[in-house]
Amino acid sequence: MTLMPKALLLVAALGLAACNNPDRYGAGGPGANAGGFVDTTGLGDPNDPRSIAYFNQSVGDRVLFAVDQSTLSPEARVILQGQAQWLATNSDYAIIIEGHADEQGTREYNLALGARRAAAVQQFLGSQGVAAGRMKTISYGKERPLEVCSEEACYSRNRRAVTVLSMGSGA
Amino acid sequence: MTALKSLSAALMIGVAGLVAAPAMAELNIVIDSPVIEPMPFAIPTFVDEGGAGDYASNISRVVAADLAGTGLFREIPAEAHISGVTAFDAPIAYNDWQAINAQALIVGAVQASGDRIVVKFRLFDVFTGQPLGEGLQFAGTPDSWRRMAHKVADAVYSRITGEGPYFDSRVVYVAESGPKNQRQKRLGVMDYDGANVAYLTDSSSIVLAPRFSPSGDKILFTSYASGFPQIYLMDVGSLETRSLGEVPGTMTFAPRFSPDGGTVVFSLEQGGNTDIYAMDVGGGGLRQLTNAPSIETAPSFSPDGSQIVFESDRSGGPQIYVMSAGGGEAVRVSGGKGRYGTPVWSPRGDMIAFTKQNEGRFHIGVMRTDGSEERLLTASFLDEGPTWAPNGRVVMFTRESAGAGGQAQLFSVDISGRNLKPVTTDGPASDPAWSPLLP
Repeated sequence: MTLMPKALLLVAALGLAACNNPDRYGAGGPGANAGGFVDTTGLGDPNDPRSIAYFNQSVGDRVLFAVDQSTLSPEARVILQGQAQWLATNSDYAIIIEGHADEQGTREYNLALGARRAAAVQQFLGSQGVAAGRMKTISYGKERPLEVCSEEACYSRNRRAVTVLSMGSGA
Repeated sequence: MTALKSLSAALMIGVAGLVAAPAMAELNIVIDSPVIEPMPFAIPTFVDEGGAGDYASNISRVVAADLAGTGLFREIPAEAHISGVTAFDAPIAYNDWQAINAQALIVGAVQASGDRIVVKFRLFDVFTGQPLGEGLQFAGTPDSWRRMAHKVADAVYSRITGEGPYFDSRVVYVAESGPKNQRQKRLGVMDYDGANVAYLTDSSSIVLAPRFSPSGDKILFTSYASGFPQIYLMDVGSLETRSLGEVPGTMTFAPRFSPDGGTVVFSLEQGGNTDIYAMDVGGGGLRQLTNAPSIETAPSFSPDGSQIVFESDRSGGPQIYVMSAGGGEAVRVSGGKGRYGTPVWSPRGDMIAFTKQNEGRFHIGVMRTDGSEERLLTASFLDEGPTWAPNGRVVMFTRESAGAGGQAQLFSVDISGRNLKPVTTDGPASDPAWSPLLP
């Protein structure tokens, strides 16, 4: 319950933004650098199975959900098994699991729903052997849609949990 | 941040009765009648009693805008006036005001010297030829001139409608910019009518759903400043901000004050499950009020502090429930089709405002606290998050348009469903929260 000067808050925010996923909010659009974002050059060669680019693209960094649901589909479980295997091999990385919702819902409910989705992924990855200390979750609710149209085609891609890699084993 | 001064500036309001006349009940508007014909009123530019300059006309204009903005009054423009008012105490030429069908006449005067402005007014019932209530006088610093205008309008509004005042109030909200997938958000605070904007944070972190303390001097909000959503408490005067109730590994959000300002009720998420908790405003005394595997969020106290209304999806979809302020068993009060959220207890205690989703549309609605007499006030692609005016008569909320270019805007509506209108802001805005009536 300490007083938190504003400067300290800003530093903390920038600290989190320095993750390695250019696509975590939007498709690398102009706004993607607004939070002090890294560019894509740090992601490595997508053909190198140890690279972040490989994780994001070939393993798959995200899973999608049905309306109001946080249940993992069979497809989602396959992707998450792949993530768990990749994380077992690449033990230098920690992860932040971001839960998101589409815009059909109130702000508060969607925050809670995004947290549910992130936790569902966290629990599954844990069951696949990823150490709890390497994982954090965060909910963005409906604050950071990936797609901006107001149709199911976009909503279905926005109801997601994204696994964002960061250096450090999370200890 | 100089505009903040006006919020914290001491407004020395000396209220002085000028005329001891009994209130005549002839002139009144019953807001809940099915059809309302706006009451015609005249407000000649306030008399300059020395040094008033532009203040006389500016204050008259704000009073007129407040009244006309309710939809209950209609101003008769100055061009139609037959008589002028050249002295505050001059006899009223009732015939001239009756001839243009002005039912209410507001006569005022402004005097300014140094750092002090004095505003006084009298209200007349033109057709009975009587003053309505006493004349009143307000004094303050020049930079609080709009507040004095709102005080005059509040007095007129209350005398004629019998409702409590609400114009002299502030709204804290989220000012938005940037594209939909990278929206920048910062806290703003403004007069209820959108004037006197000041920004309380920058856009470096997402901020959500600010809420005023019952005394109006503090704001609770949710921010991603630490990287994760957490509740913060800001002192409006100094902008000093501290985090509240940090529990590692949890997300905290949706905070609101208790009516006595001593308790914060909020949502805490842990391991994917969200429940409602309370803590002291100092941050200690954390206690859990709900304990369910479902989502429990958006808590709001009843004005007597004895109960909490909140949103839960324990029955499947989100619905509205009421429980004791200490937690325990909850009673579902929303019964209609669709999904219900963001319940807010009226300051009068008689109603709950809420967001409803049904068949792809969003609504702002009100109902009795037992869920009866549900009334939907709006319908659009996305309406959410109502907040009550201090008199429990008007709600303000967020309306967001659809599509890639979708933007949020503040709207207000009378709880009769009438007078739906946008609130003027600098740019896109969301998550309004009304302050109590200023002192």
